[in-house]
Amino acid sequence: MQKIGVFVCHCGTNIAGTVDVAAVAEALGKLPGVAVAADYPYMCSESGQKMIRDAIREKELGGVVICSCSPRMHEATFRKAAAAEGLNPYLVEIANIREQDSWIHRDRAEATEKAIVLGKAAIEKVKRNAPLTAGESPVVKRALVIGGGIAGIQTALDIAEAGFPVDIVEKEPTIGGKMAQLDKTFPTLDCAACILTPKMVECAQNEKIRIFSYSEVSKVSGFVGNFRVTIRRKARYVDETKCTGCGECTEKCPQKKVPNSFNLGLDNRRAIYIPFAQAVPKVATIDADWCNMLKNGKCGVCAKVCGAGAIDYKQKDTFIEEEYGAIVAATGFRPISLSRYEEYAYGLSRDVVTSLELERLMNAAGPTGGTLLRPSDGKHPHTVVFVQCVGSRCEDGKGKSYCSKICCMYTAKHAMLIREKYPDTEVYVFTIDVRTPGKNFDEFYRRAVEEYGVHYIKGMVGKVLPEPDGSLTVRASDLIANEQLKLSADLVVLAAAVEPDPSARPLATLLTASMDTNDFFTEAHPKLRPVESPTAGVFLSGACQGPKDIPETVAQAGAAAAKVIGLLAKDKLVGNPCVAHSDEMLCNGCSSCEKVCPYGAIHYEEKEFRGPNRTVLKRRVAAVNAAVCQGCGACTVACPSGAMDLHGFSNSQIMAEVDAICR
Amino acid sequence: MPMNSPEKNGVGKEEAFRPKIVAFCCNWCSYAGADLAGTSRLSYPAEVKIIRVPCSCRVNPTFILRAFGRGADGVILCGCHPGDCHYTTGNYYTRRRMTLLFSMLDYLGIERERTRVEWVSAAEGAKFAETMRDFVATVTALGKNRRLEDLRCRN
Ligand SMILES: Cc1cc2nc3c(=O)[nH]c(=O)nc-3n(C[C@H](O)[C@H](O)[C@H](O)COP(=O)(O)OP(=O)(O)OC[C@H]3O[C@@H](n4cnc5c(N)ncnc54)[C@H](O)[C@@H]3O)c2cc1C
Ligand code: FES
Repeated sequence: MQKIGVFVCHCGTNIAGTVDVAAVAEALGKLPGVAVAADYPYMCSESGQKMIRDAIREKELGGVVICSCSPRMHEATFRKAAAAEGLNPYLVEIANIREQDSWIHRDRAEATEKAIVLGKAAIEKVKRNAPLTAGESPVVKRALVIGGGIAGIQTALDIAEAGFPVDIVEKEPTIGGKMAQLDKTFPTLDCAACILTPKMVECAQNEKIRIFSYSEVSKVSGFVGNFRVTIRRKARYVDETKCTGCGECTEKCPQKKVPNSFNLGLDNRRAIYIPFAQAVPKVATIDADWCNMLKNGKCGVCAKVCGAGAIDYKQKDTFIEEEYGAIVAATGFRPISLSRYEEYAYGLSRDVVTSLELERLMNAAGPTGGTLLRPSDGKHPHTVVFVQCVGSRCEDGKGKSYCSKICCMYTAKHAMLIREKYPDTEVYVFTIDVRTPGKNFDEFYRRAVEEYGVHYIKGMVGKVLPEPDGSLTVRASDLIANEQLKLSADLVVLAAAVEPDPSARPLATLLTASMDTNDFFTEAHPKLRPVESPTAGVFLSGACQGPKDIPETVAQAGAAAAKVIGLLAKDKLVGNPCVAHSDEMLCNGCSSCEKVCPYGAIHYEEKEFRGPNRTVLKRRVAAVNAAVCQGCGACTVACPSGAMDLHGFSNSQIMAEVDAICR
Repeated sequence: MPMNSPEKNGVGKEEAFRPKIVAFCCNWCSYAGADLAGTSRLSYPAEVKIIRVPCSCRVNPTFILRAFGRGADGVILCGCHPGDCHYTTGNYYTRRRMTLLFSMLDYLGIERERTRVEWVSAAEGAKFAETMRDFVATVTALGKNRRLEDLRCRN
């Protein structure tokens, strides 16, 4: 009989606090086949692993069960330890007595009893485990970065720097993301364009980087090292290879009433446009919703003025298919819509703006040429009120429950910049509290208060009322002075919460990457694997994983690149040996399994078998391509004759677990 | 803290009915959802024992019959939301297979509430705990599964 070793982890008090670990080890130790059962404070530690290894060697164990945290956590650790001692790593099973026991139950007897049952199930399973050897698959040495904000740009540059080709897919006509819209950046107050645009140009000039702007990912198949991705290149009605970016068309186009999306609708642009002067690629795009030629065939001015002959009204979406070894999601964020915040009069008064709109109003390349003017009448505002946490840290269901993290700092920045340029303007900031954890962040905020005389008031704004004379009445509470305030303001700026880009959720589905309830991508481990998604080969960069400022975004972007480089540097990847296999003697060649396989991993072979009376029978039987099979097990259930089974999760293993639990 | 001997199944003499519940969870979403329930310390009854399967489509209807045969009082199968299956289509098969199995169980006179299919994502720790609490309460109210239990398997 196989000798099994059982190791029960205390996980400090995480498990031992609720589960009587010694009793579990004792109970499991009495089961048939169990040669050794022990408990230890930290099984995953060096000495815990040594204990396992020693037992494998000394007791000549043929199977190991660890009762510990989730297998998603440390299965790999314990498998490695077993392998180091010459035991096949797939002869290790984990009983999850932390996440699924000690952390959710309070009653000690109940939790202990459950731990024993879970341990028993794992023992019964491991008795039926077979030693498995993983296959290998090649790695396509090219990476895909989805999203061309500062996160995507930095990741792509770092990967290219290491010598691997990278493609950036950006849904907008230009890369740059939100950072391209910002004016100056905290905490150093250097101008965003001055530090971003050189990086954009670097992307365009780097031989290893291809930029697919105005494009989206439409299909993803394959797996780590071998993704196949279909990219939809949306029709921009301009031949990218011919357009020189001279801008002639964008000046002559007669359709002048198009809200300028880059300036957040604060001014208008033409139907054919280049988002901003330093756009990369610097190529015009026709906005099909507004172009008269595309809508009713009446115009054609841009084609006439284009010296390069780049305009092509008949252009259609095209699809390209590429192979990648790794994919990085860098889809960023956006400010939430404020349509549900009527109390702040956003949408009622043009002088109530979001912080991102203010960035454009202060930007030298923005609609006002960098002079801060009220959008309604173009006058200089003398009192500006900032409202923080609009939709952040909000439990009423209207906004987001989380802290958007960047608003305290950019509001301090805005307040400081206004006071510096226009010392005659009074600036009030209403906050729940001010959060400044970051290098030089608190100093920055204190400078706003102490040097620039910004009035910070702890309290929330209840209502903003547009008055007939064009001013805005702000009603607020001052929690420290414990009084109601009524202020007359010329401009009100709302620090809107940030949320993930809405295209992230469908993208996550394509990538089979998981998301949290707020639609931010989840990381493989919140502390230890912050730039990897739980889906192998998919990495995370920037604000798509959670609200972040630029320094943090760039740090994460570099970390994601390092992970990608590590993956692409490998020539072969070791696959998952838990794949399907067919018993030729049982298979009747019915094709049921082939039809349900999502990967096309099953094919049929004509094989010769010994028939009665020394005859030879030819039969058609199923065969599984282990390199392609992903191990879902759909075929095992579809097979009517029970010929298909799955390594690592075999019929007999699962049945044995069922039996152990029900007993 | 006084401790009851864990070997004995149960505590007092007039013990309240505690159902045996088997939960099959796909590795990618629901098992992760269960882990999240754990990390978030969201409790649900200890009667629930989880079996990890790669995908909900790995669950053969015979596993469920086996569980009932061995004395389970309720079986719940959890997978990724439709469209989110790690293997893209697995849970669609699950949905169809389980519809058939459930109508067969119905035909056999097994209360429909003893079996359930739920879609729980890796982010839905709260939903996982809530679902399990609800399922255990439902099965507890139904009482013991006598119809399908194979008495030869009892020990
Ligand atoms: C008002 C305001 C002021 C700020 N001021 C500062 C500051 O002073 N200092 C500072 O450090 N930080 C500041 N920030 C934060 C800063 O903007 C972010 O940290 C940074 O932009 C995050 O970069 P990103 O690349 O992750 O996301 P983004 O900049 O949002 O870039 C994401 C890119 O991905 C593209 N994309 C999205 N979905 C898809 C898809 N499905 N397919 C293809 N492409 C896609 C988008 O079009 C975009 O180009 C400010 C933010 C705001 C709102
Ligand atoms: S992987 Fe979860 S249902 Fe298929």
